Amino acid sequence: METGPTETHTGNRGLRMEEPLIFEQDAPGRTGVDLPEPPPVQSRLGGLERKDAIGLPGLSEPQVVRHYTRLSQKNYAIDTGFYPLGSCTMKHNPRLNEKMARLPGFADLHPMQPESTVQGALKLIDTLAHWIKTLTGMPAVAMSPAAGAHGELCGLMAARAALEARGDARKRVLVPDSAHGTNPATAAICGYSVESIPLTDRGRVDLNALKAALDGDVAAFMLTNPNTCGLFEDEILEQAEVVHDAGAFFYCDGANFNAIVGRVRPGDLGIDCMHLNLHKTFSTPHGGGGPGSGPVVLSEALAPYAPLPWVVYVDGGFELIEHAGDAPGAAPYGRMKAFHGQMGMFVRALAYMTSHGADGLRQASSDAVLNANYLLAQLSDVFSLPYDGPCMHEVLFDDGFLKGTDVTTLDFAKAMIDEGFHPMTMYFPLVVHGALLMEPTETESRESLDQFIDAMRNLAARAKAGDAAAFHNAPMHTPRRRLDETAAARRPVLRWRPDSVQGEAAE
Amino acid sequence: MRYLPLTDSDRQDMLGAIGAPSVDALFRDVPDSVHLSAPVDLPSHQGELEVERALTAMAAENVAAGSVPFFLGAGAYRHHVPASVDHLIQRGEFLTSYTPYQPEVSQGTLQYLFEFQTQVALITGMDVANASMYDGATSCAEAALMARRVTRRPDVVLSGGLHPHYTETTETLLKFLDSKIEVMPPDIEGDEDVIARIGDGTACVIVQYPDMFGRVRDLQPIADACHEAGALLVVAMSEIVALGALRAPGDLGADIVAAEGRSLGNPLNFGGPYVGLFATREKYVRQMPGRLAGETEDVDGKRGWVLTLSTREQHIRREKATSNICTNSGLCALAFTIHLSLLGEEGFRRLAALNHAKTVSLADSLAKAGLEIVNDTFFNELTLRLGSPAAPLVDRLAADGILAGVPMSRLLPGNDDFANLLLVSATETVTDEDIERLCAALKEAV
Repeated sequence: METGPTETHTGNRGLRMEEPLIFEQDAPGRTGVDLPEPPPVQSRLGGLERKDAIGLPGLSEPQVVRHYTRLSQKNYAIDTGFYPLGSCTMKHNPRLNEKMARLPGFADLHPMQPESTVQGALKLIDTLAHWIKTLTGMPAVAMSPAAGAHGELCGLMAARAALEARGDARKRVLVPDSAHGTNPATAAICGYSVESIPLTDRGRVDLNALKAALDGDVAAFMLTNPNTCGLFEDEILEQAEVVHDAGAFFYCDGANFNAIVGRVRPGDLGIDCMHLNLHKTFSTPHGGGGPGSGPVVLSEALAPYAPLPWVVYVDGGFELIEHAGDAPGAAPYGRMKAFHGQMGMFVRALAYMTSHGADGLRQASSDAVLNANYLLAQLSDVFSLPYDGPCMHEVLFDDGFLKGTDVTTLDFAKAMIDEGFHPMTMYFPLVVHGALLMEPTETESRESLDQFIDAMRNLAARAKAGDAAAFHNAPMHTPRRRLDETAAARRPVLRWRPDSVQGEAAE
Repeated sequence: MRYLPLTDSDRQDMLGAIGAPSVDALFRDVPDSVHLSAPVDLPSHQGELEVERALTAMAAENVAAGSVPFFLGAGAYRHHVPASVDHLIQRGEFLTSYTPYQPEVSQGTLQYLFEFQTQVALITGMDVANASMYDGATSCAEAALMARRVTRRPDVVLSGGLHPHYTETTETLLKFLDSKIEVMPPDIEGDEDVIARIGDGTACVIVQYPDMFGRVRDLQPIADACHEAGALLVVAMSEIVALGALRAPGDLGADIVAAEGRSLGNPLNFGGPYVGLFATREKYVRQMPGRLAGETEDVDGKRGWVLTLSTREQHIRREKATSNICTNSGLCALAFTIHLSLLGEEGFRRLAALNHAKTVSLADSLAKAGLEIVNDTFFNELTLRLGSPAAPLVDRLAADGILAGVPMSRLLPGNDDFANLLLVSATETVTDEDIERLCAALKEAV
């Protein structure tokens, strides 16, 4: 079955190595650490000593280093190429940030050390909070949420706590059709039912539909701005007014704050809360899917309900408020995670912010928007644009330009991989057919954009010229070609098992 | 600005291509009344040297754990991490990639997640594990949600041996979901009767192993009682290294294991980022939260990996998803799995044995110094009952350059019964000299 000029005896292809699982490289007794022999002691494990073998494989350090190095080489990354994944903001991750986060004075701190021994860490959190509050024009920020979705939960829980405190139980949350999936999922965990608000043919929330849906039973309206079509919600001030008139809270999803940082303060838009993805706007690395960090800015109305813990400055020193009883006047709704927040991400974000400064952050959002509009301008004659620009930090196309070609958005994306690009976000937002959402970010050079534009135009021309088979077969030049996701879901194999039991597990 | 490649002439050319007179014109949809005309009131940009100097000065205001005798635990345990771990996770292909939605160019991430899932399943004694959660506390809270889905029952019983922060995080996540959450009183003496609290509406009982006071107990009777009553047993863990020495929760009847995995591969980080482990039985996998990597084949018949069962997740199911979680702790999970790969069977067991031996040595020294230890069983953590409040003593010892432990009052404030309790932990990083210094200082103080 495996024939063709690229097949080799080993399966390796030059620099591209086939790499077995660690479990397939096991030799009993081999280890990658040298730990001393433990002194004999009388066990105090209460008779619960582990007797059986666990089944962990034994590898030496050189094997482990080679294994993970080879695995790394099977990944696309910002460091290796253009990653225009819309709404995800794959921008350069400065290495200074990594260096700073690893200073023992930050990385080697226990969260429960006496406050006298962590004044610098508390100061860092307080300083970052000051930058966040200033950039967003909001009076308070909850720092502990671990990611954007976690921040959404934090913001919406604060809103619900505030409503309950005023004896105003409500049942529904309004979410635009174009929202991230996390928004409705978060609303559900807060015990709310979700109602969708349609968009206008301009790709913005339909203000009349919003007005019609608002009543005394709506707890909050959750908006992403700029929205997931890459457009600024130009009626946001009116939206805020009608939401507040109905006694509801205005939640803003800050996933796209990178488009407006330094140019627009969300606090001026009338919102009540917004999470920030430090891994988007403030360049902390995505790490193959986390860890993120999702501080949430809060209005005066919601600030008293912020979750524990938080940092305060009292009598010349920083303190942590860790219990409800320690904060007169506050009514924290709870706690989001075990400890104070994603400190490692805070250090990186502050290094990024202070590197850019107020001027540089404004330039960053300007360049991000300029780059996206450049893509729009250079591609809109061959790609199909559902909503007119200017766009903000990302540009949304639909699959109209592929009509009649027998090439889908997915096929197109896989062909982009062969050309050396990571695909854009596909099939999201759901409001346009076969969406292609491209976000170049401010850290791509013009040369990089021009190469991308040239390749995209070429691919579009090939699709329209009837070369569908090439698209269906793509990608050809990757460590693996298209994978069977249906089979993976139908008979899930979620872990390795030794050959002897693999058969039983698969039945 | 060093991170911005566009030059002024690029910008002018690009505006020309766009047909816009200025960048401001691209922001024309922003209402004038809210469009700032100048930078906000914060300092201007700085070079690397200046930023490094300012942050290094802030770091220098802290006492790094490794610079003094150090005995803190209470959910975060200090371990040695091999140098190759941090080197490997900083490879740009790991550090600067996104969630592996495009499997053809993400086989590296997907394969290590598959290996990670296998390792977590093996050490916990469970069938399957997910690709990680935010931390141990959020894993614990998500386990409660999952138990509600599996059993279609609303209520949760939380043992008094559960870390108070795990308890609070779980209460918070369930706060608005019509769940009766029974929180047992802090179980200092280890004699709580959690079985008596199981009722018809109980979705799960959550116990910690070892518990927050350091105690180890057999969970099988609780598991049996849960199963008898149609409830699940969730076992929370804050110290995963314990599983190198202790029987696996899966071997003791656990249905879900929700654990903190930071001890392997990751620094203390002042509380974050950490890495939540989440493992369960095969039959419950479709109710599991979080990402999952699964094995499959590509069109050439070669083995490969994809994210799978994503119909559970928010980007597909929206309000019907099993969880609102989107990111996991990918890079922390990578650090975990590399460290565990280096340890292997032999190293993991030896690391656990070293931790236990060190804490036995600490316990013996403390007893010799006349101090009262509350728990008679333990892995690497002890609760001491002092003759006076622990918090001021800890502050005093910190001033003398010893980080002695976590006063229980920091976790359970406002209760005189707990004021004199001190949690101490000894890992492989603690030396005999550190133990001598701690015992001498405590003896002198009490």
